[in-house]
Amino acid sequence: MTAKASSPAPADPNAPLLEVKNLRIQFHTESGVFRAVDGVSFSVRRGATLGIVGESGCGKSVTSLGIMRLIAQPPGRYAGGEVLFEGRDILKISEKEMRGLRGGRMGMIFQEPMTSLNPVYTIGDQIIESLRAHGVTDRKAARKRAIEMLDLVKLPSPESRVDDFPHQLSGGQRQRVMIALALVNDPELLIADEPTTALDVTVQAQILELMRDLRERTGSAIVLITHDLGVVAETCDDVVVMYAGQVVEKAPVAELFAGPQHPYTLGLMAAVPRLDAQTDRLETIPGSVPPPYLQLPGCRFASRCPLATDHCRAAPPPLREIGPGRAVACWKAPIEEIAA
Amino acid sequence: MSAAASPAPSSKAPVLEVSHLTKHFPVKGGVFGRKGGSVQAVTDVTFSVAPGETLAIVGESGCGKSTTGRALLRLLEPDSGTVKLDGEDITALSPSRLQAARRQMQMVFQDPFGSLNPRMNVRETLMEPILLHGVATGAAAEKRVSDLLKTVGLNEFHAERFPHEFSGGQRQRICIARALSTRPRLIVCDEPVSALDVSVQAQIVNLLQDLQRQFGMAYVFISHDLAVVRHIARRVAVMYLGRVVEMADAAEIFATPRHPYTRALIAAAPKPVPGATLGREEIKGDAPSALRPPSGCAFHPRCPLAQDRCRTERPELRQVGGAMTACHFAETVATMDAPAETERPATLLRRLDVLAKARAAAAATPAA
Repeated sequence: MTAKASSPAPADPNAPLLEVKNLRIQFHTESGVFRAVDGVSFSVRRGATLGIVGESGCGKSVTSLGIMRLIAQPPGRYAGGEVLFEGRDILKISEKEMRGLRGGRMGMIFQEPMTSLNPVYTIGDQIIESLRAHGVTDRKAARKRAIEMLDLVKLPSPESRVDDFPHQLSGGQRQRVMIALALVNDPELLIADEPTTALDVTVQAQILELMRDLRERTGSAIVLITHDLGVVAETCDDVVVMYAGQVVEKAPVAELFAGPQHPYTLGLMAAVPRLDAQTDRLETIPGSVPPPYLQLPGCRFASRCPLATDHCRAAPPPLREIGPGRAVACWKAPIEEIAA
Repeated sequence: MSAAASPAPSSKAPVLEVSHLTKHFPVKGGVFGRKGGSVQAVTDVTFSVAPGETLAIVGESGCGKSTTGRALLRLLEPDSGTVKLDGEDITALSPSRLQAARRQMQMVFQDPFGSLNPRMNVRETLMEPILLHGVATGAAAEKRVSDLLKTVGLNEFHAERFPHEFSGGQRQRICIARALSTRPRLIVCDEPVSALDVSVQAQIVNLLQDLQRQFGMAYVFISHDLAVVRHIARRVAVMYLGRVVEMADAAEIFATPRHPYTRALIAAAPKPVPGATLGREEIKGDAPSALRPPSGCAFHPRCPLAQDRCRTERPELRQVGGAMTACHFAETVATMDAPAETERPATLLRRLDVLAKARAAAAATPAA
């Protein structure tokens, strides 16, 4: 509803809504150059949910902030790549135009519902501010819309809660407000960075349900950043697995869980304790992620991979297509073929 | 009473016996700071832990699980109730006797960043309890420090380093080494792996299990993560708004949950199986405030099975089958469908097997 006249009409409904191509984001620190995101590529289909999964420091959050152009420069720097939103590289547009997209056609939900709402304004004022920033001039209509949004995210008695301050709400309710705030201008793309990590499981289940429900109703595409494979399995259509700033595997969700290819993805799945069965001992991934300042010539997972050869340590494996929507960055995949 | 509360009491005398433990925090309100009620953090909690056993306390934030853990070590003074460690009531001990008793009970906290002194290197951190409790002195104490480091999977050279030089998982290993330093009978672990990534979490969980086999101490394992609890615990106590609502052997409670809240927790946990959400019964809303717990059963405002009786009459913890459950309708809940075990996909298992064999082969031939 706030689409700028300058944006090209979406010609092909099957064209991806968002395409990230070879994105590189670096931070210049005293200890050296930290390649947080190092050649990341993926695309998001309209109305679909893409999960980006990985452990701390893998670059998943920096990727999401990078898409929204929220990387502080300096110390951060876009060192290459493109972020195509409906075919247009948003890394090249003006900051003014970007502000129009942010909170408008691109919404974002952050992990911390406690700190990402302004404590001195009522939640209604914050939603109204976003509406007015994106072209709604009538204050009464904006307030009515704010109440509608709070109702949509199932905040109880929205007519009175609209005048509450953030501290009067519980964590789950605040996250509902954050979702209302992100969705108020009907975004085509919603970026959610660990939206349920700070919440209790019963509340998390409600919020995930709400996000699934809203996606069906509004048709927004979602990029969901998470460390939780359970959340990925329940909410995503496609998955990108990241390790040390790079994409190591991409797959439709069912295929990823049925037969992960990359040894890191395999290790991750084996390390998760199971709720549905008794296990004797958890599998671990020995070692730890290489320090981010280290420039490794080969595969970044090689030091922790039992299958690694000298070739793996010398040459970085490309992310190669192995099927529709499937790609893996491993010289050894599919690994069952090397079993002697 | 306390013996009756444990569903399968071990033949050995319990290392820890907690009965009717209660801790309420007064809340000051009004202009003159008069008492304005109290947060009923822990109310009438009773359980026991056998030597070498792991009892998990699970629940969501604000359920009182951490307060219980702290009250066990008297890091918080309980309002009433007793905590017996090897038969000795620690709630009645004088400060000097309490310090001696603390040698037998240690704690590992959730936040490995906040629970180590940033100005003390690892040697100093580990040496402090060793000297304080007179475990060893001089060269023997030095030896103890390097032994402890090896026990938790660190190296001797780590002794000279400071906390900021370690990753989260390594810091948690240091915290575990510190807890082990006095050779305790009991370690209270408060969310010890919640701040860690899954691959590191698995390493720490395995370490805790190995140490228990090696040294035979009991754990009270406080966690919100049911999958970790199922893996590590022999018995499980589920808390809701300050009270234990269900307690049973781990196998029993996951196969046949008898309290609607336990069922809800198991159902709500995201499972790494696409499509597993279907048929989940929804629990509405957030947990109410512990300042004003609901009447009757504290879970009734969110419970799908709540009846009039639940709003007025608080269900006592009672024996139902193999569990202690505080629900008027526990018999009905027990007959409801249990979560089914899912088979892991064959391709996944085959590939994991390839990795495991490669790892075993690498371990057999030391790397050049």
